[in-house]
Amino acid sequence: MKKIVVIGNGMVGYKFCEKLRAAEGNEIFDVTVFGEEPWPAYDRVHLSSYFSGANADTLMMAPRSWYHEHDIDLRTNELIIKIDRIGKTVHSHTGNSIAYDFLILATGSGAFVPTISGVDKKGVFVYRTLEDLDAIIAYGQKVKSAAVMGGGLLGLEAAKAVYDMGLKTHVVEFAPRLMPRQLDENAAALLKSKIEDLGIGVHLSKNTREISGNGKLTGLEFADGTKLDVEMLVISAGIKPRDELARDCQLETNVRGGIVINEFMQTTDPSIYAIGEAAAYKELVYGLVAPGYEMATQVVNQLVGKEVKPFMGFDMSTKLKLIGVEVGSFGDPFGDIEPCKSIVFEDKVKGLYKRINISKDGKKLLGGILIGDTSAYNMLLQMVQNHMPLPPEPEDLILGSRGGKEPSGAGIAALPEGAQICSCENITKSDICKAITEGGIEDISALKSCTKAGAGCGGCVPMVQDLLNHELKNLGKKVKNVICEHFDYTRQELLDIIKIKEIKSYNRLLDEVGHGDGCEKCKPAVASILASTWNELVVKQDTIQDTNDRYLANIQKGGSYSVVPRIPGGEITPDKIIVIGQVAKKYGLYTKITGGQRIDLFGARVDQLPDIWEELIDAGFESGHAYGKSLRTVKSCVGSTWCRFGVQDAVSYAIRVEERYRGLRSPHKLKGAVSGCTRECAEAQSKDFGIIATEKGWNLYVCGNGGSKPQHAQLLINDIDSETCIKYIDRFLMFYIKTAEPLNRTATWLNKLEGGLDYLRDVVVNDCLGIGEELEREMDFMVDTYACEWKEVVNNPVLRAKFKHFVNTEENDPAMAFQPLRGQKIPVEWHGQ
Amino acid sequence: MMTELEKYKKVEAEDVTFWYRAATVGAFPEDGGACVKYKDLQIAVFNFTRRGEWYACQNLCPHKMQMILSRGMIGSTGEEPKVACPFHKKTFSLKTGKNINGDTCDITTYPVKIEEGFVYIGFNEVF
Ligand code: SRM
Ligand SMILES: Cc1cc2nc3c(=O)[nH]c(=O)nc-3n(C[C@H](O)[C@H](O)[C@H](O)COP(=O)(O)OP(=O)(O)OC[C@H]3O[C@@H](n4cnc5c(N)ncnc54)[C@H](O)[C@@H]3O)c2cc1C
Ligand code: SF4
Ligand code: FES
Repeated sequence: MKKIVVIGNGMVGYKFCEKLRAAEGNEIFDVTVFGEEPWPAYDRVHLSSYFSGANADTLMMAPRSWYHEHDIDLRTNELIIKIDRIGKTVHSHTGNSIAYDFLILATGSGAFVPTISGVDKKGVFVYRTLEDLDAIIAYGQKVKSAAVMGGGLLGLEAAKAVYDMGLKTHVVEFAPRLMPRQLDENAAALLKSKIEDLGIGVHLSKNTREISGNGKLTGLEFADGTKLDVEMLVISAGIKPRDELARDCQLETNVRGGIVINEFMQTTDPSIYAIGEAAAYKELVYGLVAPGYEMATQVVNQLVGKEVKPFMGFDMSTKLKLIGVEVGSFGDPFGDIEPCKSIVFEDKVKGLYKRINISKDGKKLLGGILIGDTSAYNMLLQMVQNHMPLPPEPEDLILGSRGGKEPSGAGIAALPEGAQICSCENITKSDICKAITEGGIEDISALKSCTKAGAGCGGCVPMVQDLLNHELKNLGKKVKNVICEHFDYTRQELLDIIKIKEIKSYNRLLDEVGHGDGCEKCKPAVASILASTWNELVVKQDTIQDTNDRYLANIQKGGSYSVVPRIPGGEITPDKIIVIGQVAKKYGLYTKITGGQRIDLFGARVDQLPDIWEELIDAGFESGHAYGKSLRTVKSCVGSTWCRFGVQDAVSYAIRVEERYRGLRSPHKLKGAVSGCTRECAEAQSKDFGIIATEKGWNLYVCGNGGSKPQHAQLLINDIDSETCIKYIDRFLMFYIKTAEPLNRTATWLNKLEGGLDYLRDVVVNDCLGIGEELEREMDFMVDTYACEWKEVVNNPVLRAKFKHFVNTEENDPAMAFQPLRGQKIPVEWHGQ
Repeated sequence: MMTELEKYKKVEAEDVTFWYRAATVGAFPEDGGACVKYKDLQIAVFNFTRRGEWYACQNLCPHKMQMILSRGMIGSTGEEPKVACPFHKKTFSLKTGKNINGDTCDITTYPVKIEEGFVYIGFNEVF
């Protein structure tokens, strides 16, 4: 047995353990890890998410049990105070000493605190550990304003955090611009104005001379004589490598901090390595995780005798979202390393700034800056790192191609084999392609777990997906969209099978045409098809439903559910509003007006759902199907009954349409809207089907949606009467239900439909397939067999009995907890206690 | 919070010292699960009718520490029986508790036996 001691259980120290235990031949090592902090290593990169609700657990790189399972002796809360290089032992503050054959220094950095008089005052903090954040949160509740010292990456992140705490926020920067290491003057000015728009004060060229206040901080005084009154200060002015142990035992350290290492991470003592933010390679400390991970891998490879490539330094490109602004800086952002020409695009109205630096000969991309829109970042970084040839019109890279020709630039295919796709885990294009071509991998989640690509920050996942699609296509695999490993059929094929064989249960379908035991992909997909075909009560086969459909309510954080009664067209009587209010009060529910023109009641326990619905149903409500992949709402504007511009009665028509399609199960949710005139107050053009009144009747739009990829609905036909409009919607919806893949909204479905809108119009309006009447009949069947699911449950004691948390006691879930907010309740943050 | 997770200690079939009688077989839906309370533990029990098997595991999903796994859908990948958490569809082996589709930590499983129409969960200490 060889003995490895790791000092520091931060991100890189942890990664070292993970990589070591995954490497072949690791069994000969006995590993002990010392961490000064009270908890196991956590994700410092996402530290700020602690403010938006993450907790120590969710940030953990691995739970304590992981170390145990991997035979690693983890000692948290234990600081190493001395290294004895001659005796090859380390000593901790609790008096333990332990011998090593190899010592790994992964001590990271601390925050750099400039020597300014007054830094020891109450109210001055740094931003580095969970404990720092706890202290900031606690103090922040007592004050109204805060300044952050440092306008770099970390400083702006800290500023966002204090801003989100509701404090009047200031950023104080020594340099004449923000992010001086990543951004040029114009980019920094744009960023500044965007930040100022939020009400955050930005103070540049400020040299802080004194932190004033009597014991407790009250303000900052600058060298130029100006002052800033603030009650709290977060210092984020850089990092200071923790090299004190190394210095004490005479290992070479860098003058500006950091333990000196060579290209194999070796310190001046051959049995001691240094990795991560504590190490200085060629006088540079890398303040990012990716290079730290690379260093950890290198040391593991040496220890287990794998081939080792020397560390060559690391790219410091960054892309992130700062205070709501996308910022990217890659390669040589300033173009001052070698002679170059720059192309700059700036749009002050939209808040965009894009700059690329191109080599003098016009052949290579050297670097650049993106503000406001970083969608091109991954591709541009790849071009820099792989010296890829530039397209003939390089400005297309930041402007997009304008007109005629195929979009230029380089697609995923043009990337060289060695291109690094996932920088957190250092995974190249060829690693990924190999997993696909040799490993036979065909889906993204398998690809992610096999290669680990995307396991870090996740920023590369879209690129990994593109690579997968591209490789599969190259392999001639028709990317047949079978729903999962249990059925070799597409959704459309399954629908046909279910119809022809008259299959009504999931189990029978699995027995007849599937294999294995099913899973969370095929079960809800089949459940949806069965519901769209036979329209039977979904809770009869409750265990194949997604949890929302199983309990006919939307699950919320903490395991409570929400209740959304249908309010067709958004029209509601005062009496009904009062009932909703009474029910909410009686059961202590949080109420909110939804974006779908109705009222959501949150925070019901599973056992309360039937009681709540019973009261609502008694008052004339019915299920709103907010939980189903089914029709949600048909929004309406007030229309011609009241509005001086209205040309048709939008509300009446919206109610008619909503009541016709209520409860209709479909591949994804369906939304509609009716506007009373062309001013379009109901936003019908962002719906799966949108109806806009004209002098002569209605214009019917289809296949729009909001959401993360908004798409405008397109005009299917204009000036039709009310009956024809319903006929066409019947046909359109049924055609969609029968042919779309699972979880494709109508817009996505149309985008893939060969022939596009013209073909859809041919089917729906011109009936080119001759199935128009059949589709209408099928829709009539759905409309005729509609029944409110909640009514059935409320009246059926057997179904009702399923709504409880425990089977062996009437107690409720003790883990469910709420906290007050503005006079109502909300769940406590994730983790339930 | 760590302590909440640490309450669930793995029990191998051969180490069971105490069988807790949880409920009748009929209390558990076919091919689905329900939650059992034992002392201050919440145990998800699954009636995997299709395979003629029963499984039990902690009800606590380690991803966001939610008491929820009993409401998850069960199924298989390859031969491995699994449960998918309703919140974010992390899946766990019902045999070993291993997280299958990600890097969430594993869960604890418990032995189950059926006798005379009752479902029993095996523990190895009487708390
Ligand atoms: C409650 C509500 C937010 C609110 O408080 O206003 C809401 C809440 C949720 N929305 Fe929404 N959406 C709500 C209106 C909207 C709207 C506005 C609208 O309908 O006019 C949109 C944009 C329009 C659209 O859908 O095209 C909207 C676009 C989405 C999307 C993105 C869909 C897309 O195609 O990209 C999702 C994600 C999805 O469905 O996969 C989503 C998903 C969700 C889910 C179901 C997420 C989830 O799985 O838990 C949320 C459920 C919360 C709950 O338990 O009730 N919600 N959501 C709104 C309920 C409306 C209602 O009365 O039923
Ligand atoms: C708010 C914030 C945001 C960040 N955002 C990003 C980002 O977006 N992208 C990015 O790449 N990087 C980011 N970073 C930087 C990244 O977190 C660090 O590069 C990374 O954590 C370095 O890992 P490490 O293991 O070397 O050091 P650390 O994570 O600092 O771990 C070192 C550990 O060693 C312990 N230790 C030190 N001395 C001893 C001793 N003598 N005995 C016992 N234990 C000891 C320390 O307590 C610490 O827990 C960010 C950092 C912060 C603070
Ligand atoms: S946008 Fe919709 S899905 Fe997202 S948090 Fe709001 S309600 Fe939830
Ligand atoms: S809480 Fe279970 S998967 Fe997220």
